[in-house]
Amino acid sequence: MNAFSKRLFLNVLLAASIATPCLAQEARVGTLTGHADAGKKLYRRFCVGCHGPLGDGNGENAPWIDPKPRDFTAATFKCRSTPTGTLPTDQDLYNSVGRGFYNSNMPHWDALTDQNRIDLVAFIKTFSPRWKTEKAGDPINIPAEPAVTMQSITHGAELFQKMECWKCHGQQGRGDGPSAATLTDSKDQPIRPYNFAVGGDDSRFKCGVTNQDVYRIFMTGLDGTPMPSFADVIQPNDAWDLVHFLRTLQTNRHSKENDVLKAAGGKIPVKAADGPSGSGGQ
Amino acid sequence: MRTKQLFIVASALMVSPALLFGAGTISGKVTYTGTPAKQKAIDMSKEPSCAKQHTTPVTTETVVTGPNNVLENVVVYISAGAPDESTAPTQAVTFTQKGCQYLPHVLAMRTGQELKVVNDDQTSHNIHPLAKVNREWNKSQPPGTPPLNEKFDKEEFISVKCNVHPWMHGFFAVLKTSHYSVSGENGGFSLPNLPPGKYTVTAWQEDYGTQTQDVTITGNETKTVDFSFKAKPY
Repeated sequence: MNAFSKRLFLNVLLAASIATPCLAQEARVGTLTGHADAGKKLYRRFCVGCHGPLGDGNGENAPWIDPKPRDFTAATFKCRSTPTGTLPTDQDLYNSVGRGFYNSNMPHWDALTDQNRIDLVAFIKTFSPRWKTEKAGDPINIPAEPAVTMQSITHGAELFQKMECWKCHGQQGRGDGPSAATLTDSKDQPIRPYNFAVGGDDSRFKCGVTNQDVYRIFMTGLDGTPMPSFADVIQPNDAWDLVHFLRTLQTNRHSKENDVLKAAGGKIPVKAADGPSGSGGQ
Repeated sequence: MRTKQLFIVASALMVSPALLFGAGTISGKVTYTGTPAKQKAIDMSKEPSCAKQHTTPVTTETVVTGPNNVLENVVVYISAGAPDESTAPTQAVTFTQKGCQYLPHVLAMRTGQELKVVNDDQTSHNIHPLAKVNREWNKSQPPGTPPLNEKFDKEEFISVKCNVHPWMHGFFAVLKTSHYSVSGENGGFSLPNLPPGKYTVTAWQEDYGTQTQDVTITGNETKTVDFSFKAKPY
């Protein structure tokens, strides 16, 4: 190899390495493996308008959107099966893309194939270096749901007082508690607490529709928002009681909780002994 | 008897290597020039259990001053030159929520050191460190629940808030060194046990930013270094 052909060879090699930057990030859900390279193309077509070319949530539509598109560079996510302060699992992100976010501009991406969605998850993980240095948290354990009873609902109502959920969500769960008007997310954007009373059967939470999802929401907290994790302070059985009570706040929604409550006369008995006003908390 | 004496001498040497070379101290005062912004009054009437704990009006603590223009809550630390300390102190630092305020308002700690968060109030708080370098988390702490044990792995000044009580605001100063001091009521700070060497001393105030000064310690001496911040008048 003479000097010229050697230089040519090196130049071609250099050009090839610039032309095909390889994004090694992968994502896995079940038997699916997502590849960031494939996800990048999909992202540029479907996601870039809101989440932006840099993944920082500053796409061209962002100024007109509330809540703001997620900033992937912070790697802080609302809907996780993992404890507060940890990265979500690939499954969590995959579920979010497929489900969309109710009460926001994020649609559900049913039109994309399963492979498309897992490719997108892989690409989203290239925006923050945390995915290289940290592992996703371990999903929290959710025990089997006990039966819905008046006792369970009543105890849940007591916990709603004790844990002071009403400070933000309001006594009727209408999102109008005393602190509601002051809430901001971690980017200083105003944010509203969930209004349980709104809507009928379609009144969905951002992070899912099932009772398991409701359990998971308050146990893991919604990172990046004022909603904290209660995993350290609520026992699993108590948590299910709280779920059952929260369902009764969705007054226009058909649920077994509302059926049980209706059958019992529609009123939750209030314990006089340790009511919230007696302890100086209110 | 003699072995006992030897033991005492030997253990004294082991306890502080700085003693071998003479331990230097950097101390001084933090002051301000100009007129600091008036702190805003806090209305706690929505949280009577906290409001009744205060007999004097409560204000924000963004800038806390004392007589003779001294500044409190300024974190002064060795940002360069300190000997590498591989392990964090075993003793925990404590952050207390009392009267819907943070005690202390600025809490300094070493990376990896245990942080204990205590709720002394009759109301629920949520502890929400808005970390950017470390992981952001957000935990509820109802009254009567045990302290939270946490730690931060990376150096960062982290803004801490309680979303339920929006006036509650504080800072965690997570540092790579154990050589730090937070200026108190007289604006004073002290960084003892420094072996001879060249140091960069940094002073951080949550609103006024940082200042640095270079200091050389040659032996068993105390060097005085003062910091003066220009007040932001708004």
